[in-house]
Amino acid sequence: MLGINKIVRVKNFTVEFNTPRGKLAAVTNVSFDVNQGETLGIVGESGAGKSTLASGILRLLPFNANIVSGGVVVDGKEVLSMSESQLNKELRWNVISYVPQASQNALDPLYKVRDQFVETVQAHSDVRESEVLARASELLEHVGVDPAKLNSYPWELSGGQKQRVMIALALILNPKIIIMDEPTTALDTIIQAQILELFKQLKQFQKLTSVFISHDIAVISNVADRIAVMYAGRLAELGEVKEVFSRPLHPYTQGLLKSVPDMRKNEVFGFIPGLPPDLVNPPTGCPFHPRCPFVMEICRTVLPTFEAYGGEHYAACHVASKKFVEAK
Amino acid sequence: MNVESTRNVFEAQDLRVYFRVKARGSKLFVRAVDGVDLSVERNTSVGLVGESGSGKTTLGKTLVGLIKPYSGRVLFEGRDLYRLSRQEMKDFRRRVQMVYQDPFDAIDPLYSVYDAVAEGMRILRLYSDKQQMDEAVYRALETVRLTPPQEYAARRITSLSGGQRQRVAVARSVAMNPEAMILDEPVSMLDASVRGEVIKLMSDLKLAGKTFMMITHDIATVKFFTERIVVMYLGKVVEVGDSLDIISEPLHPYSQALVAAVPVPDPEHKVQSLAKGEIPNAVLPPPGCRFHPRCPIAQEVCKTEEPLLREVRKGRFVACHFA
Repeated sequence: MLGINKIVRVKNFTVEFNTPRGKLAAVTNVSFDVNQGETLGIVGESGAGKSTLASGILRLLPFNANIVSGGVVVDGKEVLSMSESQLNKELRWNVISYVPQASQNALDPLYKVRDQFVETVQAHSDVRESEVLARASELLEHVGVDPAKLNSYPWELSGGQKQRVMIALALILNPKIIIMDEPTTALDTIIQAQILELFKQLKQFQKLTSVFISHDIAVISNVADRIAVMYAGRLAELGEVKEVFSRPLHPYTQGLLKSVPDMRKNEVFGFIPGLPPDLVNPPTGCPFHPRCPFVMEICRTVLPTFEAYGGEHYAACHVASKKFVEAK
Repeated sequence: MNVESTRNVFEAQDLRVYFRVKARGSKLFVRAVDGVDLSVERNTSVGLVGESGSGKTTLGKTLVGLIKPYSGRVLFEGRDLYRLSRQEMKDFRRRVQMVYQDPFDAIDPLYSVYDAVAEGMRILRLYSDKQQMDEAVYRALETVRLTPPQEYAARRITSLSGGQRQRVAVARSVAMNPEAMILDEPVSMLDASVRGEVIKLMSDLKLAGKTFMMITHDIATVKFFTERIVVMYLGKVVEVGDSLDIISEPLHPYSQALVAAVPVPDPEHKVQSLAKGEIPNAVLPPPGCRFHPRCPIAQEVCKTEEPLLREVRKGRFVACHFA
């Protein structure tokens, strides 16, 4: 049973950065699975560790990052013990592909769109150029870009078109899983809505499994089946989107939900006072305690463990735990 | 000061701002703002909403005197902005402040917070006395809640978080004690958890009697901050009305698309993409209604006849043949 429909398994994943000020705990002890066919949304503020986690799964971290511990299994393969060439041949792009943040700028301005497709494919498999281009045309059509744009340079495309090209590029080798890091962040709301609709269509027709990263919890509520809330490099909460939105357990999740304007309501949106902690010198106890409106004495000293609160709904919070015990 | 004649702080009359296309021999123009009439009353706030390429930032810069219009007029308190005397212009530069999008660009990274906040006051030589200048800087930092102000003033801009930098950007405008502020995407760079804080800060300034214009592509943000919304598309105003009315019942198909595209924190509610394609460039705008190639309800008439902005109900103006 175990591992059959869990296409990605991440266990106790911990990444540190070497910085001039010392070690920075970017991702600490993160565990989650991604089920086949689902979209897992990862939400959190800048610096919460979302991108480090996502790129870490594929071992695409910058040189000063260090995977300290943990295990990552993608489609049955242990990522952390594979060699770089094995990874390129057996996993990256053809099983799992990654659309990095600000990926509009990831396209090389000196190469035409067609060359970006050809180069990507030929780095990972032996396919003839004509075949690549045929498949690329088909994909571009599918994501709503005129295939004639294959002969354009990236700077001749708009931000929305570049994002669509990046998505097509990520799908060129027919991966089972796609990780998208802030795919709509730099876009206007109307173009964002178009990309979100495109994403939903792709998910339906290509039966894609995906990880969708955003700082915007409202965007996540549009696309994700489950949501993981990250704070200060750790998971604060994890669960079905509907469950987490109707019954957020972690005060950080509650604060995030109140910080997003809801157009349908007439109340002014709120905010979470204070700032996320410095991860070179993280606070003792719960990392959220300096900003938490419900902080208790224990929160200042003891790190809360990640626990299940009914079904598949998890949170790391002393307050949630206390309420849970009292309710029983 | 004569208050009566100046109910409108800003007024634009058939304003056109064109930029020449920089190709050799080109006689083409980018029509960034193409015939806009608009007014901003004292002590009110107006949201100027549209996608990138709609001309909203150009319009804002023209209102504060940074770009000269091709034709039409900009009035500040009833007087033609481009006919002010040197002294009047200097006065205007203090009384009207623009807060830019992306504060990381607007502030020199080597500056201390003090320098950043004091810069405008130094240029206009508002204070000759060091102590007065210090007080003005600290007061501004307190207003944006960067406290204790002495401590923040000494810090480098680069050591601040995005939200703090945005507050410094607001503080340097506030320090000039302006009567009107034009804010260009003041929160779009910020994390959700601190956006509300910056909006709250500006709401407090609004209560203190300032006139505001907020420029943004996100219609949800202005709902909670402005009384009136002006929707712009490709250099033209397509809808004007009370913020709550426009958001609960947008009448122009473009406004409808803007509202439907805003994600809401509720998994049961999905965004809808009502406008197809992307905003075309403003060199050769589509004939007829400029929105017709993207409009879900476009008819033949829309391809040839330009709809005029007309009052369809009290205080609500829409430029659409079918509104």
